[in-house]
Amino acid sequence: MIRPRKWLPMPLLSVLLLIVWLLLMNSIALGHWLLGGFLAIVIPLITEPFWEAQPRIKRPWLMVRYFFRVLIDIVIANLEASKVILDPRGRARPAFVEYPLELQENFAITMLASTITLTPGTVSAHLRMDGKTLLIHVLDVGDIDDMKRHIHERYERPLKEIFEC
Amino acid sequence: MIALYTLMEGVIAFFLIAGSIFALIGSLGLTRMKDFYMRLHGPSKISTLGVGCVLLASITYFSLLDGGPSLRELLITIFLFITAPVSAHMLSKSALHQKLARDPRTRGDPEEFQEDHEHSVEEAPQGDSKLP
Repeated sequence: MIRPRKWLPMPLLSVLLLIVWLLLMNSIALGHWLLGGFLAIVIPLITEPFWEAQPRIKRPWLMVRYFFRVLIDIVIANLEASKVILDPRGRARPAFVEYPLELQENFAITMLASTITLTPGTVSAHLRMDGKTLLIHVLDVGDIDDMKRHIHERYERPLKEIFEC
Repeated sequence: MIALYTLMEGVIAFFLIAGSIFALIGSLGLTRMKDFYMRLHGPSKISTLGVGCVLLASITYFSLLDGGPSLRELLITIFLFITAPVSAHMLSKSALHQKLARDPRTRGDPEEFQEDHEHSVEEAPQGDSKLP
């Protein structure tokens, strides 16, 4: 795993900046690699004091798997939400669910909340101040406990593995 | 060669139509749902896929036209994936703060909806008292 060094405080941000630069320029010419690489090193150095401590990503390949899982779930989520919206009888079963969080790092919680919003029938509505409960609004749910278990198995556990092991 | 272009035209048209249909359904959700929290679901999710499909069509079209991969649109998708959940979260947070009415069928009664007398307007610190 890439370790943070003095001149490269946030490796992940640097990689992201380089990718964004190359995509913006829509070219992989050597000049753009050099300029993008320069920016990717200088910007994190300058902005480092503003950032919260970055969590260490322990297992990057799990992150890739997580990304594709979420991508597939987004498509399924859309089809399901469309079904509920188009249902002529309008028989949605909405609910507020209090989800007990096991994650502790802010960044990991953000990832989980975003995933919940993007995936089947759920919008993360509120994170209580103590940082331990996430309030979720569900569009259509049968068994609430089942849904909680599903979120835990499918999203929270992988995130936990990625960030905290 | 012509067959390839016809095929790609079909693919592009498919993505465009699928994207438009999803965007339409997402907007329909705004009118058909009963309360604010349910209405939030449409735009926050379905529009993501709608825009995603349109962007896929755009990537295919311009890659074909320019003769090289055109991946700039991926950036839009990434930004959308980052911003859509955040804005949905902020909207529902403020709705909770204002205690907007729920659909009566909604199950679950989070404490955010209960009246808290500690912070009501009548009992808020008045006059020269320091801000909390």
